[in-house]
Amino acid sequence: MQQVFKLPDCIKKDAKFTFCPGCDHGVALRLLGDAIDECGVREDTIAALCVGCSVFLYDFYDIDCLECPHGRATAEATGIKRARPDKFVFTYQGDGDFAAIGFAESIYTATRGEKVTSICINNTTYGMTGGQMGPTTLLGQVTTTTPFGRSAELNGYPMKIAEHIALCDGTAFSARVSLDSVANIIKAKQAIKKACEVQIKGLGFGFVEILSSCPTNWKMTPQEAHRHIREKMIPVFPLGVFKDVTKG
Amino acid sequence: MAYIVLDTKKCKSCYLCLDACPKGLIKKSSETGMTGNFVVEFDDKNGECLGCKCCALTCPDLAITEVYK
Ligand SMILES: Cc1ncc(C[n+]2csc(CCOP(=O)(O)OP(=O)(O)O)c2C)c(N)n1
Ligand code: SF4
Ligand SMILES: [Mg+2]
Repeated sequence: MQQVFKLPDCIKKDAKFTFCPGCDHGVALRLLGDAIDECGVREDTIAALCVGCSVFLYDFYDIDCLECPHGRATAEATGIKRARPDKFVFTYQGDGDFAAIGFAESIYTATRGEKVTSICINNTTYGMTGGQMGPTTLLGQVTTTTPFGRSAELNGYPMKIAEHIALCDGTAFSARVSLDSVANIIKAKQAIKKACEVQIKGLGFGFVEILSSCPTNWKMTPQEAHRHIREKMIPVFPLGVFKDVTKG
Repeated sequence: MAYIVLDTKKCKSCYLCLDACPKGLIKKSSETGMTGNFVVEFDDKNGECLGCKCCALTCPDLAITEVYK
């Protein structure tokens, strides 16, 4: 008999996630923890965190964490990495944090080719503050600030984050993955690890956008939320690797 | 015989693992957990568990802590 699954060493032994039932933030944190463990950098890792439900990483991970002003995680990660190039530095941010208030910091961190890794949880809303429209809110999606559904004319279109990041010359890896099924969770893990490895190899900015559920603000059961990712989100936000400098 | 280790103190009754198990070995139990809803139980009387980890990969709350095969 062999152990085929264990929780990441990165995550504190007594950690109990405080996310809502069925929230995919928990799956994303486990996958990222596994990737950091497998890269063997846990003792040398510093996280630059955000504002949003993602920030709770600092309660659960047994690593050094810095809480940054809303959206500025990639700027702070830049400073940490430049001061301590021997450290593994990552950010874990929501769509609102990474692609709305922090988009200037994010896109320039990619453009400068900073050797850091960023994970962006795209749940198409501002989860922590009660479900307002965010940069990736789908057309027609009802939120507290788009009570009649997001309208292209009034509110513009949802932003394709991973494609934007892939266009930056400093980006080494950019992918979009989803957590709606076991098969996609396995692929998500591979992408997250790749985004960590490009930093360790000094190749440039590593980025993964994760399509993730927010059952509470979507007002869905966890099962309905995963169906929503499959049927409504993936057609708008196609999964795949948009840039990988390690592949010819 | 493969098996999983389940920590029901962490179960928030999202029931995502019920659909993930290809053998349907995870069910709602009659015990309530932290959310006031029934937590899940692993019911494998016939030793059908494949050790595939599908439940553990799906669980958002670290409630499936170990899988052996
Ligand atoms: C400077 C500043 N502006 C606004 C807020 C309020 N605020 C808290 S979380 C949040 C949005 C979080 O959304 P997202 O980044 O998508 O994270 P999620 O909670 O969905 O994971 C906002 C606007 C704040 N804390 N600080
Ligand atoms: S509000 Fe949404 S993103 Fe935040 S913990 Fe709850 S389900 Fe997760
Ligand atoms: Mg969000």
